[in-house]
Amino acid sequence: MKFSDFVTSSAIRPNLSAVGKEDVIREMTTALVEAGAIAEEELESTIKAITKREELGSTGIGRGVAVPHTKHPSVDKLVGTVGVSIDGVDFKSLDGEKVHLFFLLISPPDRPGDHLRALENISRQLRDDTFCRFLKQSKTAEDIWQLLEEADNNQFVS
Amino acid sequence: MTTGTAVDTDNHPKATKSVEVKNPQGLHLRPGEVFTRTAGEFKSTIEVISGDRRVDGKSLLDIATLGASQGTQLEIEAQGPDAEAAVEALAKILETSSVDDLTKEP
Repeated sequence: MKFSDFVTSSAIRPNLSAVGKEDVIREMTTALVEAGAIAEEELESTIKAITKREELGSTGIGRGVAVPHTKHPSVDKLVGTVGVSIDGVDFKSLDGEKVHLFFLLISPPDRPGDHLRALENISRQLRDDTFCRFLKQSKTAEDIWQLLEEADNNQFVS
Repeated sequence: MTTGTAVDTDNHPKATKSVEVKNPQGLHLRPGEVFTRTAGEFKSTIEVISGDRRVDGKSLLDIATLGASQGTQLEIEAQGPDAEAAVEALAKILETSSVDDLTKEP
């Protein structure tokens, strides 16, 4: 699965203002509402579901990356967005490092395969230091989208 | 399921075990986290092989790259003084269908 299959381009946030864990989840989920990817009346329940998932164990998987996510009946296909924090956020990551790169995913309850494919794609790309560095340095949503498209075209992963 | 033991050039035993992912959700982040945390408790180096791909069994980012869905056959390979115990413990995790059965600690 490619980034362009699930990332909502207009919900990309290159310069997250949130500094706390729950605030980042709120900022990115709100971005998805503003982009029309999820309904406004689902905002609070979605944030709550993602936060609840984090309580089971941080999705901060190391190397400054987190993949906050949930299953939610409000979506009928996998939707996601990308956020970058310049200063980093204490996300209770497994390796204790601050998180700079966020991939937030919301998937329909009955589609575990799609979530797994998205996770596979994200983690494969993130193993490439160049991709991570470019992502962190991106100043605009357009820069990030272009980077994701380049990754989709296998320009980072052999 | 196959289990094999061999001796490598460093005189550390190498143990391998081939297992099928039982979790209906696949090897997603939660079971992946339990897997890599457990792997980290062993001295042995641990690798997970899926088809022609081989990744570090102690890295969640690596495990996530496998995108292993239910029914995927994975090979666990451990090398070191506790290799045999490591593959046994890790195989059990892959063969458990619910992650809630894996996380019964405080």
